[in-house]
Amino acid sequence: MLGDNVNSLNMPKITYISHTGNARTVEVPVGDTVMEGAVQNNVDGIVAECGGNCQCATCHVYVEERFLPLLDPIGEDQDAMLETTASPRKSNSRLSCQIRVRPELDGLVVHTPPTQQ
Amino acid sequence: MGVIIIGGGQGGFQAAASLRAEGYEERITLIGDEPGVPYQRPPLSKGFLLGKQEQRHAELRPASFYETQRIELLTGRRATAIDRFSRRVTLDSGAKIEYDTLVLATGARNRLLPGNGVFYLRTLAEAVELRQRLRDANQVAIVGGGFIGLEIAAAARTLGKKVTVLEAQPRLMARVVAPVVSEYFREQHAAQGVEIRRNATLEDLPRGADLVIAGIGVLPNSELAIAAGLPASNGITVDEHLRTPDERIYAIGDCCECPNPFAETYVRLESVQNAVDQAASVARAITGQAKPYSAVPWFWTDQYDIHLQMAGLPFGYDQVVTRGNPESRKFSVFYFREGRLRAVDSINRAAEHLTARKLIGARSPLSPDQARDESFDLKTAL
Repeated sequence: MLGDNVNSLNMPKITYISHTGNARTVEVPVGDTVMEGAVQNNVDGIVAECGGNCQCATCHVYVEERFLPLLDPIGEDQDAMLETTASPRKSNSRLSCQIRVRPELDGLVVHTPPTQQ
Repeated sequence: MGVIIIGGGQGGFQAAASLRAEGYEERITLIGDEPGVPYQRPPLSKGFLLGKQEQRHAELRPASFYETQRIELLTGRRATAIDRFSRRVTLDSGAKIEYDTLVLATGARNRLLPGNGVFYLRTLAEAVELRQRLRDANQVAIVGGGFIGLEIAAAARTLGKKVTVLEAQPRLMARVVAPVVSEYFREQHAAQGVEIRRNATLEDLPRGADLVIAGIGVLPNSELAIAAGLPASNGITVDEHLRTPDERIYAIGDCCECPNPFAETYVRLESVQNAVDQAASVARAITGQAKPYSAVPWFWTDQYDIHLQMAGLPFGYDQVVTRGNPESRKFSVFYFREGRLRAVDSINRAAEHLTARKLIGARSPLSPDQARDESFDLKTAL
């Protein structure tokens, strides 16, 4: 019932694709993080052990290239954390706890890695 | 039958989640004495007090997670007794449930000051109340200059309140950090306008304070285990597999003390890392993959824009060296004992903290001179 009158400006859709190709699309409130969107919707593949404090690198995702220009630059803490991910770091690697959902990110697609720990 | 987990905090939640992740198929019952789904405590003394974070952000998983994972979540329920012979846990409702394996994740409770009118912060309910009272307060007095007290001080100051911190010791966070770190934090709080009274007693409470909050440490919840005849001193005593002398009963997180390879003695730790890693370790043990618990301890605290991350255990250090200049607001402090690296505190240096975790885990031969020398690449000491 909530979804009926909430437009996509407030609830952008985020798609999470697992390493085996399973896709889940969920609506995530603006202001929440991509990690929170996964956790609140029981999306597999994101562990978020530290709860979004940029401390554990277990919410690692690969962001589809076309969305990279929309993201904030990688901060110093995130950059350090990304060096410790369990799956290899790539140029499109991000910590999903550091991606805050904005209306422009409606349709964002991220891929979860084979392992987070 | 199956596994019963007593305690619905970070450790209890993780034990249940990790058991399913490790393929455990039997019944899992998670008993928590607070209302609502398990949540994380760290944000409560940080973003939550400032109103930056809402309750749903603190929840570890939504209610539907427990259904899909077939974790029976009993909230607002307390375990009152353990019968080890019939392998039953009695609840405050009078119900008795049977277990094959029992995990004690009973946590800790706040030490209290004598008298009334003092507020504490541990639970979500306390955080909700404190957030409101902080808004209404003019002058806040905080008893205890440890992590919790100083995080609350930072939040209260950020909200524009007059803030006084009383610390009984001659310096802040004295139990866990070196004097150079204590002094750095004292200066930062002073620069923000917090009045810090060291070597203080309760008689130093400012008369005008309309809100008094205490953060003076915790006591492990060992009573249930002791009543069941299990050993405990500073927490429930467990072996390197986090098992009590009863092979069907484990204890994890803030409530237990276990042999710690980084301290060479029994240690009870209060941290998210410890709760999560011990829970995962016990889940592996229950599913037949037991290995001694040996994770590198790490901790963090956020105060204003200062991010302090700690790796290892500094107990008994005899030498401290600083890498970087505290005036630059980015530096690390290395703790050595008998020439061996024991712990590293990093202030706004996340990369160095992560390297430190690895150095400590690898029992690196890093020397104090190398640690001090910023031209020396720490990773080469791995």
